[in-house]
Amino acid sequence: MGEASPVQWRERVPVWRERQASPLPASAPREKARIVIVGTGPVGLAQAIDLGQRGHDVVVLGRFDFVPLGSKAICFSKRSLDILDRLGVGERAVERGVIWNVGKVFWKDEREPVYQFDMLPVKHQKMPGFINIQQYYLEDMLLERIAELPNIDIRWGHDVTGVELGNADAGVAVASAAGDYHIDAEWLIACDGNKSTVRDLLGLDFEGRVFEDNFLIADVKMKGERPSERWFWFDPPFNPGQSVLLHKQPDDVWRIDFQLGWNIDREACVRPENVDPLIRAMLGPDVDYEPEWYSVYTFQCRRMERFVHGRVLFAGDSAHLVSPFGARGCNGGFADIDNLGWKLDLVLRGEANADLLESYNAEAVTTADENILNSTRSTDFITPKSKVSAIFRDAVLELAREFPFARSFVNSGRLSTAVSYPAGPLNTPDCDDWKGKGVAPGFPALDAPLGEGWLLERVGKGFVLLCNGDPGFTVPGVELLDIADAGNIDLLIERYGLSPGAATLLRPDQYVAARWKSPTEAAVTEALARSKGASGS
Amino acid sequence: MKLITSPNIADADGIYQRLIALHHGRSEEDSMRVNTRLILLLINHIGDEQAVNEAISHAGGEEEQ
Repeated sequence: MGEASPVQWRERVPVWRERQASPLPASAPREKARIVIVGTGPVGLAQAIDLGQRGHDVVVLGRFDFVPLGSKAICFSKRSLDILDRLGVGERAVERGVIWNVGKVFWKDEREPVYQFDMLPVKHQKMPGFINIQQYYLEDMLLERIAELPNIDIRWGHDVTGVELGNADAGVAVASAAGDYHIDAEWLIACDGNKSTVRDLLGLDFEGRVFEDNFLIADVKMKGERPSERWFWFDPPFNPGQSVLLHKQPDDVWRIDFQLGWNIDREACVRPENVDPLIRAMLGPDVDYEPEWYSVYTFQCRRMERFVHGRVLFAGDSAHLVSPFGARGCNGGFADIDNLGWKLDLVLRGEANADLLESYNAEAVTTADENILNSTRSTDFITPKSKVSAIFRDAVLELAREFPFARSFVNSGRLSTAVSYPAGPLNTPDCDDWKGKGVAPGFPALDAPLGEGWLLERVGKGFVLLCNGDPGFTVPGVELLDIADAGNIDLLIERYGLSPGAATLLRPDQYVAARWKSPTEAAVTEALARSKGASGS
Repeated sequence: MKLITSPNIADADGIYQRLIALHHGRSEEDSMRVNTRLILLLINHIGDEQAVNEAISHAGGEEEQ
């Protein structure tokens, strides 16, 4: 049933780093596993680390026996960096990546941007607004981290060929060069990308909009002094009537996205001799560059109706797809695994009922819908579908030069930020009046300096009660983080509205669950239970 | 109901005349461009999202929301 053998994959997919094809597991032909993750992309690897760090044995199945070249995702948001930091690779990624916070939007041949934005409006946080880094570098880092976790068993060249939904497990048929075998997985997490084999094998829906437009990704290597900023052009002279995006990656690699229109020869447009004139028109006839990776893509904005199907859980591109403008693909996938990891952990430990995973469905669908909404709006602005739509777009750009109000309509991609769940099922609504201050239930924790380090370095394993002064009680399963005697806490107090005696309960994924001006043991206990999926009273 | 739909300007004839004069001698495409700019400028001035939404509905010939 597999689409191709590992050997055949090599003919289609360029190789970044060889991995050894994994042998048959000792327990073949039939084994039992608590968690099986399908997919060795960044989302699958991050999910494996999250669950591995929480102490679970994890099997990861990857159909390739190599890490593919092809940079694919390059922009990683602040929220993703917070997640990666929790997984032990955030600092390395920032060190290796290109940090950027500023985006500029240009129109036609004008030298001055019509609009610019800053992705990190709240300063004094550990992580920057965005980094750019090649996907394969990030995958290398995630794999290095996995090598430190003996409970993660990653199997290269092991392809899923069948999935059967049971009541208390999922049966997985696996094919590898060393032979075929079967796993009874207590939980199967499908992180196997937009052409998800697991989704196909289960015959599940994947609905939404396909945009009739093609974009060329040209990753090229070239020297040159340009700032680390996101530059976007509407209708530039070097790609008339279309858009272009320029992004810097490490090692002098630049990502250029050329909008091509709909009726094109998709195979011809990625040939180097056809890409070359576009690049020279943009960067000058004498520009010195080497091609790294060319690819052409069509947008889709789609998602599955549900991400939880019995014992099979979907995360990342297998569950939802967006247009690339806004960097909401891989960042959306990291949001999924961040949300799912701690919930599955509690279920596996018997500390929460499997119903808790229904809140993964609710929150991850909310995230996907917000990403799809933003991505669809950006795409409609960037690639107008009617004459009137094009006239509105151009009128906005024209007015934006002169009038500040019009700049807020300019949409070259609304870049990924953490999604909030103000009506989420796990929140305990406020009972005090916070006067619009602090971080409300359902919102992601905002980083702030704390002592010599950062708040977000101190939260993310389990539930934490962040408090300004000892509340005088403890609740089993909740770590107290009393900042009253720590240094450098002014910003933290301001950002959380944490007056003396006040406390904020944080979930293991650094989202706020509840907060109180004067917490009581009973209130914290009840909020904790609600966060673990017990229906609120 | 946020949108004012009762008479709200003193010199309706004067404003109407300037609106028509704005389009004098323009091609249809250019007129569309100018109208679009006008819409955007006015929408920002109104600011109130509900009022704008009601105007959008009325302009499209829909019944009140």
